Amino acid sequence: MHPAHSIIIFTVTSGLGFGLLAWLGLGQPAVTGWGAFWYFALAFALSVGGLISSTFHLGNPQRAWRAVSQWRSSWLSREGVLAILTLAVMGIYALFAVFFGQTLTVLGWVGTILALATVFATSMIYAQMKTVPRWNHWSVPALFMVLSIGGGALLTGHVLVAVILLAIAGLLQMSNWTRGDTALAQSGSDIGTATGLGLRGAVRAFEPPHTGNNYLLKEMVHKVGRKHARKLRMLAFLGMVLVPILLLLIPGGWVVIAIAFLVHLAGTLTQRWLFFAEAEHVVGLYYGKR
Amino acid sequence: MTTLPQTTDKKLGLVIDLDTCVGCHACVVSCKGWNTENYGAPLSDQDAYGSDPTGTFLNRVHSYEVQPETGPAQLIHFPKSCLHCEDAPCVTVCPTGASYKRQEDGIVLVNEDACIGCGLCAWACPYGAREMDAAAGVMKKCTLCVDRIYNENLPEVDRVPSCVRTCPAGARHFGDLGDENSDVSKLVAERGGMDLMPEQGTKPVNKYLPPRPKDVEPEFDILAPYLEPVAQDQKGFLGWLDKALEKI
Repeated sequence: MHPAHSIIIFTVTSGLGFGLLAWLGLGQPAVTGWGAFWYFALAFALSVGGLISSTFHLGNPQRAWRAVSQWRSSWLSREGVLAILTLAVMGIYALFAVFFGQTLTVLGWVGTILALATVFATSMIYAQMKTVPRWNHWSVPALFMVLSIGGGALLTGHVLVAVILLAIAGLLQMSNWTRGDTALAQSGSDIGTATGLGLRGAVRAFEPPHTGNNYLLKEMVHKVGRKHARKLRMLAFLGMVLVPILLLLIPGGWVVIAIAFLVHLAGTLTQRWLFFAEAEHVVGLYYGKR
Repeated sequence: MTTLPQTTDKKLGLVIDLDTCVGCHACVVSCKGWNTENYGAPLSDQDAYGSDPTGTFLNRVHSYEVQPETGPAQLIHFPKSCLHCEDAPCVTVCPTGASYKRQEDGIVLVNEDACIGCGLCAWACPYGAREMDAAAGVMKKCTLCVDRIYNENLPEVDRVPSCVRTCPAGARHFGDLGDENSDVSKLVAERGGMDLMPEQGTKPVNKYLPPRPKDVEPEFDILAPYLEPVAQDQKGFLGWLDKALEKI
């Protein structure tokens, strides 16, 4: 897929923002007043900033409000609804914590559940795609969730939990890459089933329908990014998992945690870029491409 | 509403004969011609006369080479447009309700006024049947020429999709595939019409008729006895020459 910047930024930052909100909803850390203000400001900046960024890839963003209507069938719509509910609930929670010094415990729990559900809905937008076998697997939502909660743990200074969750994210990522590399081949779809001609012999794309480019090829058969995939995977793994874990093992307080977070952010952005760039859509089969 | 109807009264769709299609792309041109100036946003082109032209099309013709285990390779022209699937994944992913499948005839349509251009439906479609228009920012797809097939202002012969009306080879057929007595259903039954990527579970309404098996050459030519040379032995001068040369 063509990795749209707005979507990469959206999935990474809103994942972190909702992960942070999930921790804050549990009262971890139990902050009030100015302390709470900065935590919530960061959480809302990440989550709302991500959501705004996501509208930049739309053809007609002025109609984005319509996207909350189809929650019965659409994961994208569910994500929108859950995000708004989370922000509303946690907004009230934050209001009381910052200005009245009160912790509305039960409301916080509701906010935590909603925040995690939002991240799950985001991941399901991709995991539901049968057309992209690399994504169509439980490890995608698992990875999104663990990265979100782990990032939140990092931001709230839960060092041990962050280390454990990042390690789990690393394992999930490894298995996701390994499985993903053969997912298209094992999906049962090939140029033979795509054309229905496979039983007659070996099918080869002889002549494409058009000599130029088109929306499908630009959007779904994006090959440029895959050239350096191996190196980028190394960088993503180092940044997202390994370096932050090593940094967190150094007892250095907030400065080290902040550095670990920035490295993690850069690594996760790289990982997410790869997530989209490496996605192989079955429509490529019609063009004899991947 | 982007939930799919349980059943549709009709299953209007196309039957495409891969045996007959000559790959002339007339259906592509007529589709673009009709659909750019009637229903919804025009099918725009970008840099149409420049070095990198692109544009929105609802129907495209691929060509494939099929090499059987024995015998010569075969070239098959392969028109592809929306298959109006019964279990259309493009419809259920739509967050705004712009994509829908009609209960009365099963046609999958986009309400362009509600489309935000997120592109998710194009991602959900395994067939590449949907293309985002770069100028309008909305998703375009085959409407089965819904503005022709019910259009009483057109002569009756024209009340079929533009591609079907245009095809000079008669490779495209339009009808109700839900009615087993319809001409298209009979054609599908007779010729072993097939689904594209059935493993995706989309249950396409459009069917493709596979190329007919090629005639097998008989081991001997039935006309051969009549074509055998009548005179076995040369006579006259040529006969003498033949014998003389033979002896040398």
